[in-house]
Amino acid sequence: MKYRYLKNVVTLQMDQEKCSGCGMCLEVCPQQVFTYAENVSWITDRDACMECSACARNCPRQAIKVRQGVGCAYAVLMDRFKLKGICCKDACRCSLDNIPDP
Amino acid sequence: MSKASHKGIKLQVVDDRPLTPCCPGEQPAVSPVNISEANWVVGQLETNTGPVYRVATALDRSDLWGAVKARWGVGRMNYTVPPGLYAIGAPDENAAVLVSANYKLSFDSLRRELSGLNLWLLVLDTNGINVWCAAGKGSFGTAEVARMVGRTGLARLVSHRTLILPQLAAPGVAAHEVRRRCGFNVVYGPVRAADLPAFLRAGNKADAAMRRPSFTLRDRLVLTPLELTSLIKPLSGFALFLFLLNLSAALLKGNPLALLPLLGHTIDHLVPFVVAVLVGAVLVPALLPYLPGRALAWKGLVLGVLWAFAYTALTPGAESWLRNTAHFLIIPSITAFIGLNFTGSTTYTSLSDVIKETKIAFPLIAMAAGLGLIALVAAYFV
Repeated sequence: MKYRYLKNVVTLQMDQEKCSGCGMCLEVCPQQVFTYAENVSWITDRDACMECSACARNCPRQAIKVRQGVGCAYAVLMDRFKLKGICCKDACRCSLDNIPDP
Repeated sequence: MSKASHKGIKLQVVDDRPLTPCCPGEQPAVSPVNISEANWVVGQLETNTGPVYRVATALDRSDLWGAVKARWGVGRMNYTVPPGLYAIGAPDENAAVLVSANYKLSFDSLRRELSGLNLWLLVLDTNGINVWCAAGKGSFGTAEVARMVGRTGLARLVSHRTLILPQLAAPGVAAHEVRRRCGFNVVYGPVRAADLPAFLRAGNKADAAMRRPSFTLRDRLVLTPLELTSLIKPLSGFALFLFLLNLSAALLKGNPLALLPLLGHTIDHLVPFVVAVLVGAVLVPALLPYLPGRALAWKGLVLGVLWAFAYTALTPGAESWLRNTAHFLIIPSITAFIGLNFTGSTTYTSLSDVIKETKIAFPLIAMAAGLGLIALVAAYFV
């Protein structure tokens, strides 16, 4: 069963022209957002995207763009009110910090 | 090999990188473990790059107790394994290399699945944060993978050039960049450690099910203790607030001041809210797939309204209309807020979605809670 969140909000974009068809995005996506057809990847379930950015990070052609972030209301509120609290819960990737260039 | 025989041997892999705290204001994660005496070390392997500790694949009582404590937030930010190279079984130059985080819970859930296998285990320095979180923050990143490959002399130890990373490390690691920097090919393994033996047997191939994070009842409830511990403080403050209200009401109305009845009233008045917290922290995660709507605050709201109705039905005529109004405003606010907060514990919410939901839900929750508090206070003095 696939959990569904809000519709038409996520920032995931893909430039089909740049895709080499390596299929890496399909492999790393934990939400099965992509499908493979005509030797390239296609975004076929954008609403399922959780903006983890695994696809964009692992795309050798930089064909994918997405705002990487943590879907955590607690972090959003902490950021909004400029507060610091416990973060990095086991399942939460905390922080709206800039992610260092790995 | 007995534990005593290798006691005091200098650790092969020493991390001299300055330890940076995970979040501002937090203590840096310094490992409290003296590795040669760690309960999870079962010997040592001599290799051409120096001695490598061998890791047990069975968890013992102290591992399980450590997991319980971490789940309740005790010492959780300091529950780490020293980064470095470890051995599972008796690996040789052809054995596969698994890469993981140095959060002890992650390390334990990995090694317990590897019994009977011969592998190398490369533990990165992720500041004691689990794989997914560390990848999101970049500490489980391309640079750290390349750094640890270099530091451990992995290229001299194994004849192949393949690293198996957990799939959930992909938000932080660019496979093509790792190859460019240290010559190793990154293969993304399954999401769950339990699927690793099957993945390895299949020649490093993951099937579709191995690529999906599960979010079962157990997964949804595993963070509930942590949520509850974080709610103890505000709930205690609220209990004190109710006690003071009871006290002031008694003073104003000239009722006799007796501690026991005052405490009794306070507890009576606290019950619907304590239950609301439990509804939010336990029932919302437990019933998540069955609750209507998509927004998590909405799911919380639905259960909160149900509980407010149930409480009113259970106490017919016992409460004033003001108090009932307060219950109908505050209880759904509590459950909706805890539901909103659960976004950070799910496997599927994106930042853009959460910002949208928070912008709509939070002001409404704050307003309802504020009005509810006014009604609650008024109920004591009308």
